[in-house]
Amino acid sequence: MTLPDDALVAALRAGDEEAYSAVVREWHAGLLRVARIFTPTRAVAEEVVQETWLRVLGALDRFEGRSSLKTWVFRILVNTAKTRAQRESRSIPFSALHDPARVPEAAVDPDRFLPDDHPHHPGGWASPPRALPEDRLIAGETREVIERAIEALPASQRAVISLRDVEGWSSDEVRNALDLSEVNQRVLLHRARARVRQALEDYLAPENA
Amino acid sequence: MIDTESLSCQELVELVTDYLEGALDERDLRAFDAHLAACDGCTEYLEQMRTTIRLVGTLNPKDLSKDAETVLLEAFRGWTRTS
Repeated sequence: MTLPDDALVAALRAGDEEAYSAVVREWHAGLLRVARIFTPTRAVAEEVVQETWLRVLGALDRFEGRSSLKTWVFRILVNTAKTRAQRESRSIPFSALHDPARVPEAAVDPDRFLPDDHPHHPGGWASPPRALPEDRLIAGETREVIERAIEALPASQRAVISLRDVEGWSSDEVRNALDLSEVNQRVLLHRARARVRQALEDYLAPENA
Repeated sequence: MIDTESLSCQELVELVTDYLEGALDERDLRAFDAHLAACDGCTEYLEQMRTTIRLVGTLNPKDLSKDAETVLLEAFRGWTRTS
């Protein structure tokens, strides 16, 4: 449980180790996922998260509470990760993050729909999804399929679905942390969910694919 | 299949997240609901997207490694001493 912002900031400034450890643990997964957008490996992402906390501590006395502490920390993370990426001159798909609509991507394979010139049902399902077997949804293997599908997503989609659907963040929190427009946040979330759904269908009802 | 000409199935699947996020305008929302009421394929697709969201929500967030926690705690102690 995180304290309310002003109490948390006060606790950190007072050197409260317990409050610090709690917030470091609670935000860690989210920080790591966002760092992974900009970094080539998980190891580098871990370093970026650590460097972020050092910067946060260094700047905490100047934190004025104009945004939430969480938003502020994630902004520092994004800056840290970008600086790091520039230093290592890796090519980072910033444009893909900030304008995902430039690269179209269908939620469902177009071959599963009837052609646009179909006389009765243009754009209708040719191969509609069939019900997934309820009893297999909760199996451990199904969770592994989902984990793998998320791992395989482009980094920006992975960050958004992880923060929204795994960590349970609100869309505003995700937009602030990643500096995304409302529309782009939804586009990335939609594509991520659509790909994970497809992975589920491929695994549980492969005769459809 | 029933006539769903104002919004095709292929168009509907691209609006599912906007629908779930409450981001459709009134006209699109009406077309979406009307289409769903007449189309089993899209009803199943929406259901599977909901199932996907529910299952993704049951995954555990990744934990902080012991090493990283130690490093960060050391950093905090160093910071407390100097400030």
